[in-house]
Amino acid sequence: MLEIKNLHAQVEGKKILKGLDLRIQPGEVHAIMGPNGSGKSTLAQVLAGRNEYEVTEGEVLYNGHNLLDLEPEERAREGVFLAFQYPVEIPGVNSTYFLKAAFNEVRKHRGEPELDALDFLSLVKEKMKVLELPQSLLNRPVNEGFSGGEKKRNEIFQMAVLEPKLAILDETDSGLDIDALRLVAEGVNKLKRPDNSQLIITHYQRLLDYIVPDFVHVLYDGKIIKTGGKQLALDLEERGYDWLLEEYRAQTPSQQPSLAGAR
Amino acid sequence: MSTSTETIEQFVNREYQYGFVTDVESDEAPRGLSEDTVRLISHKKGEPKFLLEWRLKAYRYWLTMKEPVWPNVHYPKIDYQNIIYYSAPKQKTDGPKSLDEVDPKLIETYKKLGIPLREQERLAGVAVDAVFDSVSVATTFKGKLGEMGIVFCSFSDAVKEHPELIKKYLGSVVPYTDNYFAALNSAVYSDGSFCYIPKGVKCPMELSTYFRINAVDTGQFERTLIVAEEGSSVSYLEGCTAPRRDTNQLHAAVVEIVAMDRAEVKYSTVQNWYPGDEMGRGGIYNFVTKRGLCKGVCSKISWTQVETGSAITWKYPSVILKGDQSVGEFYSVALTTNYQQADTGTKMVHIGKNTKSTIISKGISAGRGQNSYRGQVKVMRSATGSRNFSQCDSLLLGDKCGAHTFPYLEVKNTSSTVEHEASTSKIGEDQIFYCRQRGLSTQDAINMIVNGYCKEVFRQLPMEFAVEAQKLLGVSLEGSVG
Repeated sequence: MLEIKNLHAQVEGKKILKGLDLRIQPGEVHAIMGPNGSGKSTLAQVLAGRNEYEVTEGEVLYNGHNLLDLEPEERAREGVFLAFQYPVEIPGVNSTYFLKAAFNEVRKHRGEPELDALDFLSLVKEKMKVLELPQSLLNRPVNEGFSGGEKKRNEIFQMAVLEPKLAILDETDSGLDIDALRLVAEGVNKLKRPDNSQLIITHYQRLLDYIVPDFVHVLYDGKIIKTGGKQLALDLEERGYDWLLEEYRAQTPSQQPSLAGAR
Repeated sequence: MSTSTETIEQFVNREYQYGFVTDVESDEAPRGLSEDTVRLISHKKGEPKFLLEWRLKAYRYWLTMKEPVWPNVHYPKIDYQNIIYYSAPKQKTDGPKSLDEVDPKLIETYKKLGIPLREQERLAGVAVDAVFDSVSVATTFKGKLGEMGIVFCSFSDAVKEHPELIKKYLGSVVPYTDNYFAALNSAVYSDGSFCYIPKGVKCPMELSTYFRINAVDTGQFERTLIVAEEGSSVSYLEGCTAPRRDTNQLHAAVVEIVAMDRAEVKYSTVQNWYPGDEMGRGGIYNFVTKRGLCKGVCSKISWTQVETGSAITWKYPSVILKGDQSVGEFYSVALTTNYQQADTGTKMVHIGKNTKSTIISKGISAGRGQNSYRGQVKVMRSATGSRNFSQCDSLLLGDKCGAHTFPYLEVKNTSSTVEHEASTSKIGEDQIFYCRQRGLSTQDAINMIVNGYCKEVFRQLPMEFAVEAQKLLGVSLEGSVG
């Protein structure tokens, strides 16, 4: 599904990713954890194709193709979905209209006929039921005036409609209270299928109480320094990151990054 | 970054579609302006003496005035002696009695503009007065409206057929002393539309005037007068286009509206005069005075404008809220691209008790366009319990354009409320990226964002106009679902 090899990326000349490797197979759920400033969100933005993030080295293969050659909209149409950490408001643009336009772009790309408004509406209502979302959401402008929790749930709703092959959830848990967190996580679980994969980026372990990952990776200083099963997340919750960072520094004494932003 | 900037440029550099010229012989006044010009125009139109006198008073007053310099627009000095003040397509007879007598070339011109004048092709539910350069060439549905007592005709015909109404209302809302361009218009106006809705009549169709400038170096000075008697209502549309030319042309119009007790007038404009080319050459100077008087209690006047054309726009459709509980509204989208400049807004003058006004202004600046909102809200001592709400938003596309806001608020009593909200935003890279991440192209993303931004105003337009306005902005129709 996704293979990242020795990925280096920078933003405004600042090196953030420094040789990241990651392999995701269909049906797998991967969690990426790490202290602030370790490069988690940069990875999400690079995969989605944000221009400000410049890839200087390495490659990303997505279903055997070079992902980095594609424009952001082409990646989206190929099934790469990013649930944004800060979903953007688009005033005056009806949510259903927006989603229908996006949905039909994906259909067109696959050579499938576009759905008309009525068919689309019934599909959307179906998905809303699954995610237990209020229908009023559909008549409102995209994210405008939504609470933090509503915005995040709306991201998951879009994901449900667009049915991506690879969903990247960028700190979807941040800013959510425990009930909203549970709702979002349940939504994500319902969307899991054997032929799609999820990459969950999170700062805290608590999201992983609800979404159980197959693999947990710790990102630090632009690299993955530890990979394990779901137990690793629990260990981190209990012991913090320090023990891991010390272990890492012991292995690579030559390059000691500043820890100022890592606590 | 670069890809979206490029698309923004393409988006704003769309071609002007109405730049063709119709080859008709015209009857023109010599260049320049003097008392003789004023007399000539009045004579050509066979006007009664009171009108000629009024024109001459306006002309003499104009001579004492100075061109305003306060608008936030820049242009070379206009040579008022180098303008042709009267140009009419030549006709065999005095004036066409029916469409059969109208030059087929003119009918073809309007057809090309999407305004069919022939009976069988007419837009359902829209009556049209077509003004070509200085004269009205055709008015449709006159008979049908006449049965209800509604008068809808060219200004010239109104002078002949209803001189008492003209005498009573002409200049009653915008006196010729009002401003420089209103004085000029009063002296040399040549035609326009007149509309009278009798007591208690709800006009069953949209009335519209389509203005077309064709001849070179002419100015277009038209006047529109709408009188809505007690309990009546009417919706009025105005459209404008002009050929593509390298020189600037002056358009100085006056629109006056009078609304009696409980009368409602809705006036919508889609202004698409030739804006000049991408280097800023040519284009129309659109210096217009539009004002409505809510004379009666509970009367309502609503202005909606979509301003996409003209090299320079200078206009402030206003409402004087004289009747108690009267309502004034102003909804505006103004787009400036290339080297276009717009200084536009409104004036709401609250005189009656419990009067209410709403102002929604959406400016969009792109290319090197400069867009200013200028609005005045004045609440007099007598206007107790009055309310105003103003919202002025500016959207910037690219980094060479400008947006400016000049609000003037004046409240002279303590029981009134005035609210003003303003925002300036750049079309967000974040918004565009969000849309692209969902599979939309940059172009579609910009269209969608701009369209969403203008929605509050578009929603005020009658259906046909809303569609035209959205097309004008290069925006595909957003069909709301569910």
